[in-house]
Amino acid sequence: MSGENGSNRFPSPFNVPTPEGCEGWQDLYPYYYVFSEDRREFEDNRFWFQDAMHHPEPIYPFDTITCESWWVALGEMNTRVFIVPPALGIDHRVLNGYLYISALPVPNPDDIPVRVGHFMERAGYYYQHWDELYAQWQAKAEEAINELKAVRVPDLPEMEPINVVVEGRGLTSAYDLIVAYNRAVENMHKMWHLHFEFLNLGYAAYLTFYGFCKQAFPGISDQTIAKLVSGIDVILFRPDEELKRLAHKAIELGVADVFKQTVNPNEVVATMSASEAGGVWLQEMEKSKDPWFYFSTGTGFYHLPRSWVDDLTVPTIAIRGYVEKIQAGQSITRPMVAIQQERDRLATEYEALLQTDEDKKAFREQLGLARTVFPYVENHNFYVEHWHHTVFWNKMREFGKLLTKHGFFDEVDDMFYLHRYEVQSALYDLIGAWGSGGEPRGPKYWKPRVAKRKEIFKKLKAWSPPPGLGEPPDVVTEPFTIMLWGITTESIQNWLKPSANTADTKELSGFAGSPGKVEGVARVIDSVEDLALVEPGEILVCPITTPSWAPVFTRIQAVVTDIGGMMSHAAIVCREYGLPAVVGTGFGTKVFKTGQRLRVDGTAGTVQIVE
Amino acid sequence: MGPPGQCKSWNSESETFEVLRCLFAQTSKVLSERMNTTLYILWFTECDRSQQNLVGGKCANLGEMLQANVRVPPGFAITTHAYRHFMHEHRIGGEITRMLASLDSDDIDQAEETSRAIRELMEATPMPAAIADAICFAYQELCAECHVTDLPVAVRSSATAEDLPGASFAGQQETILWVRSAESVLRNTVLCWSSLFTARAIAYRQAMGFPHEKVHMSVGVQKMANSRAAGVMFTLNPINGDRSKIAIDSSWGLGESVVSGVVTPDNYLVDKVTEGILQRKISPKLIEHVPNHAAGRVEIADVPAERQNVASLNDDEILNLTILAKCIEGYYHVPMDIEWGIDGDLEFPENVMLLQCRPETVWSSKPPMRVIQQSGTALDFVVANMLKGVRVR
Repeated sequence: MSGENGSNRFPSPFNVPTPEGCEGWQDLYPYYYVFSEDRREFEDNRFWFQDAMHHPEPIYPFDTITCESWWVALGEMNTRVFIVPPALGIDHRVLNGYLYISALPVPNPDDIPVRVGHFMERAGYYYQHWDELYAQWQAKAEEAINELKAVRVPDLPEMEPINVVVEGRGLTSAYDLIVAYNRAVENMHKMWHLHFEFLNLGYAAYLTFYGFCKQAFPGISDQTIAKLVSGIDVILFRPDEELKRLAHKAIELGVADVFKQTVNPNEVVATMSASEAGGVWLQEMEKSKDPWFYFSTGTGFYHLPRSWVDDLTVPTIAIRGYVEKIQAGQSITRPMVAIQQERDRLATEYEALLQTDEDKKAFREQLGLARTVFPYVENHNFYVEHWHHTVFWNKMREFGKLLTKHGFFDEVDDMFYLHRYEVQSALYDLIGAWGSGGEPRGPKYWKPRVAKRKEIFKKLKAWSPPPGLGEPPDVVTEPFTIMLWGITTESIQNWLKPSANTADTKELSGFAGSPGKVEGVARVIDSVEDLALVEPGEILVCPITTPSWAPVFTRIQAVVTDIGGMMSHAAIVCREYGLPAVVGTGFGTKVFKTGQRLRVDGTAGTVQIVE
Repeated sequence: MGPPGQCKSWNSESETFEVLRCLFAQTSKVLSERMNTTLYILWFTECDRSQQNLVGGKCANLGEMLQANVRVPPGFAITTHAYRHFMHEHRIGGEITRMLASLDSDDIDQAEETSRAIRELMEATPMPAAIADAICFAYQELCAECHVTDLPVAVRSSATAEDLPGASFAGQQETILWVRSAESVLRNTVLCWSSLFTARAIAYRQAMGFPHEKVHMSVGVQKMANSRAAGVMFTLNPINGDRSKIAIDSSWGLGESVVSGVVTPDNYLVDKVTEGILQRKISPKLIEHVPNHAAGRVEIADVPAERQNVASLNDDEILNLTILAKCIEGYYHVPMDIEWGIDGDLEFPENVMLLQCRPETVWSSKPPMRVIQQSGTALDFVVANMLKGVRVR
């Protein structure tokens, strides 16, 4: 391994220089969220890796709310609730705008046996009552979403309405505004607690079965193990099912030709509105929207990528694809019975290959538990990152709108350059001025600061963060680190290699995300807005895909992503679509260029430029 | 019954010639059927496990595979009756028994000497006419079935021993490739028979306490597959005994290069359940066994540089072999060791041929493999797995 000075460690966080022109970037983040001399000894003795999977870009100050929420929620479920025997939580620091994370082991290994007892009792209870607790969870998650939707962001009127007087309310819009903001922020924390209520246990059960399979059937592919466990009727695929339904409806109503003329969503809606049948179709689309179009085109962690419900581009392109398929006589129905049968066949045949009854029993029980936990593992994303966060970011924009109206910002989204504590101050500034009849400092204070932060942000974006900081440990026991980020000997060694991002790189390898081999022309896409450029039969090369991109996959041959592990969204969805995928190549979008001919081997996990 | 005449598909320039060939085939079939009552010849299509004592393990397995509808190059077994008849006809059996009785098992030179004497005696003994006729008729019939005069065949020993489990190993494995005339088949049949008495085979039987006279030899005569690529596969991973895999070794030309170990073959590891290819190791394949048509024999030739590092199988062929392996294992219910070839004269998938198969012996004779060392609940396993962690460097 070679890294800093050819050693086997990454640079110290204290030796990473600030990019030129980014001085003062620390002011964008809370004091506790950056590396500091105060905790240098602790921080310098840890291994940190950049969470490129969820936060590949510098984090907008406001958007740290998602990272900070999962920092607390993931950690406490490991550390304080279920007492995961060998692991505490995952610590966070921001460096030059990028999120670095570090799995914390139990400091004293002698504590582990006691922790095992607690874990058996606590996790055991959840595993035993999983189905009822999960049903309860779904109700709690929907309730949380409804609470958030119910938060009203009041305007600040010239004069409070008369009912404040005649009802003797005694409270005003200023109070309501602060409460609304606090409720919305609390609600975010609540949702992330729910996010991790089951996830650690779900991953642990899956990883156990995964380990059994790898030992019993050395070399068995990750995809096959996932297939043995994965659900048939997964909520994450429901949005796509709605698009198929709408494609069928368009044909049935005789309005499918609209999609041949345009995939500009505004034009589609306008054309549809002009006819009676089109009107009926639009009503059908409205039925699908809530909640199935609350589906982010990003990971949901950031305010920036909008959801289907905000921007109909992705669903419109996808519906066109489905219309074309139906009209070409192809089936777009998921073969549920066949998928079910295949899953059962795999389970029966692998079990039969085991040679002792004890092994067969262990296989059945571990598979059973993995299947019990998996619906949560597969479905929680839709509830939290998609449905809830779509509502959340839009709710936050209402506060941004109010502050913009009062001159604090030029544009609504400028608010996201403020941390949530700063937004709270700005709102206080606003109500103080509103209540007293004075003048808020905000407009003069925030506009130049936002302008400066935008400059810094642009430079931070252009900076390449080192994949790791500090010295890697010998063993990782934290389930998320293994399962979600795919931390392995190979990944760490790859990171320690001198940058693979060179002009003469002709081949990259990553995780074999979804099997199959194809050759085709690359289309490198950085953001969802460019998805419309994708031509049929191209190979999509992108930083990360999210489930909401998947319907567009009907037009392409293969997917290559920079980021992702065996359970990354891209891998799950590509397997479902039978599309070859290589995920987590690290540098795909930098090495490959649009128009190049690529050979993608989703079985071996390699991508080559074909001369 | 022997293979059908298939007159209709014959390609011949002369109609008269064709009629004659038809007549010949029909006649020989009738004759051959009559001969079969003497049980010198059994077509592979007639062989099964119950006739192991008559045709040896190798031919019995080929018969079983034909009954399982597996593609096997056609051929026939010369039964152990023929062997016994040969040994009795000129009373050489008794002579050989006497020669062996005086043998000191520790004297290697003497064993070599006795072996040479026995083999010379057998090879000098004329083949009884009835057996020679039966073999010649069967060979002609095979030529007719394949529409090739002087059909190249492989002549292989297929040893057996009544009531002696494991005794099939007591016979030296003799294989003569690219045999192209009835006369040559006869000569090589005797070579196979006499291979029962190589010094090594004699020593083995003595060490294991097998009486020499209880071990018999059948001989398989099988159409040569003109293999473009060939090799061996196991229905388990021979490296670790993992039964969820099929391991395929493959190289250019006839399978002898792989069997004898003179090349490092390409190696593929396939998941038995999903049939997905998990691993491919393409090795430089420097030589190959190929027929020299002019000389009428198999030769070792250099593989041209441009083919050395090319994969000897494509994915379709690998999948087809995988299905073949699963089918064979499913038939026998034990892990199998399989020789196969991809015939260069035929189109895919008709070109994928089973040449030989036998039960795997190394891993199958070990105690069953265990994954878990201690039983427990799913939760116990979750905890154990967490404590193990993942070694990252």
